[in-house]
Amino acid sequence: MSEVAEKIKEPLFSKKNRKLITDPLTDNNPVTVQVLGICSALAITVQVMQGVVMGASVIFVLVAGNLIISLLRNLIPSKIRIIVQLVIVASLVIIVNEVLKAFMPDVSEKLSVFVGLIITNCIIMGRFEAFAMANKPWPSILDGIGNGVGYAGLLILVAVFRELFGSGSLMGYPIFGSPIPTADSPLGTGLYSMGYMNNNMMILPPMALIIVGIIIWIQRSRNKDLIETH
Amino acid sequence: MESTLDIFVKAIFSENMIFAYFLGMCSYLAVSKTVKTAVGLGAAVIFVLVVTVPVNYLLENYLLKAGALEWMGAEYANIDLSFLSFIMFIAVVASIVQLVEMLVEKFAPALYGALGIFLPLIAVNCSILGGALFMQDRQYSTLFDATAFSLGSGIGWFIAIVAIAAIREKIRYSNVPPALRGLGITFIITGLMGMAFMSFMGIKYGKDKKEDKAATGMIDKAAPAVKTAKAITIKNEIND
Repeated sequence: MSEVAEKIKEPLFSKKNRKLITDPLTDNNPVTVQVLGICSALAITVQVMQGVVMGASVIFVLVAGNLIISLLRNLIPSKIRIIVQLVIVASLVIIVNEVLKAFMPDVSEKLSVFVGLIITNCIIMGRFEAFAMANKPWPSILDGIGNGVGYAGLLILVAVFRELFGSGSLMGYPIFGSPIPTADSPLGTGLYSMGYMNNNMMILPPMALIIVGIIIWIQRSRNKDLIETH
Repeated sequence: MESTLDIFVKAIFSENMIFAYFLGMCSYLAVSKTVKTAVGLGAAVIFVLVVTVPVNYLLENYLLKAGALEWMGAEYANIDLSFLSFIMFIAVVASIVQLVEMLVEKFAPALYGALGIFLPLIAVNCSILGGALFMQDRQYSTLFDATAFSLGSGIGWFIAIVAIAAIREKIRYSNVPPALRGLGITFIITGLMGMAFMSFMGIKYGKDKKEDKAATGMIDKAAPAVKTAKAITIKNEIND
């Protein structure tokens, strides 16, 4: 009886539920604050397109997985819960992989093993363990959306920096002109004709780490509560 | 065709799991606060990689790959089960980790004391599943090569986590900007270490035919330049 009463009292987008979505976007970002899901976050941020596809895949897997786990939460024996969770994630990731292979073969080729690695992305297991195992389906879906979007947002932010300065383009469209020499300008067109050059360092793996480090720095100097002692 | 030694050295240095592919970053960042725990987790990763990758290799080649079921009879030759590989690999990893944990607890209590708490963590470490997926992607020709790759990757991961743990122990005495303390500085240091590890890309591996051709091509291109230089000096001498 009390449960029913509670349900009526709590609207679909109550303050608590809205917080589930907005918190992971900033002060509780899964990548920069909870330190989850870094494995795949860095490797595929060379181009914005890959970041968008990866972010969308993770949002789908996280929302669907959170919902399934939350529905099953009273049926899963706690001793084998890790394996049950892994099987659910793996099935969802197989769906994502087959869809990508069928409709976006180029992107799927570039992401190669990193689609498979969504299975062991700590974000997914982390949210299952910390949230979906203990909460009702609706808040779990919201939590999945919030964390998925927080993850995808950071991924795209890093990818924008890396693609803009590393390749001079965004989503494959040139921003600074073309570096290919033409008849009248030997250095290329746009900014390149003035001697601008792409920073090849941006494309290499270590820069991804340094960009995330700088994002963390900026975020923590704005929000002093997040600062660690060591 | 790469030799086994090439695969091994490449997996440690130029294709290091952490610095080139960022696999297993979550536990790398979480467990690298002291050298002692880092050594424990590193050893556990080597151990689990060396056990799971060969098992997954056999699974891939005798069960999942297109045409892998041929040994059961000709009518099975055109079955392709590769879409099942994710779920099979992760099931193998999770169950082997569980099995290893129980065996180690029973037969080597001292080792269990050292590795114990890290073993369950490893089932969800990206580097283990990553090892299996890279093995599938690169299609190593023999079981021995796959094992060399897994051992190399494990050692590479071990080196990376022990190195960062040692740096983090020392950095406690330095005056890092407050907002950068902890996670931020660890990211930046890992980035710098990654740059240092990139210098290993210059190692020349075995007899790579393409590379040899490219090298001879460069010599061919260089030769005319030398000739013209000689010609110029001769001209100069004549002028003198």
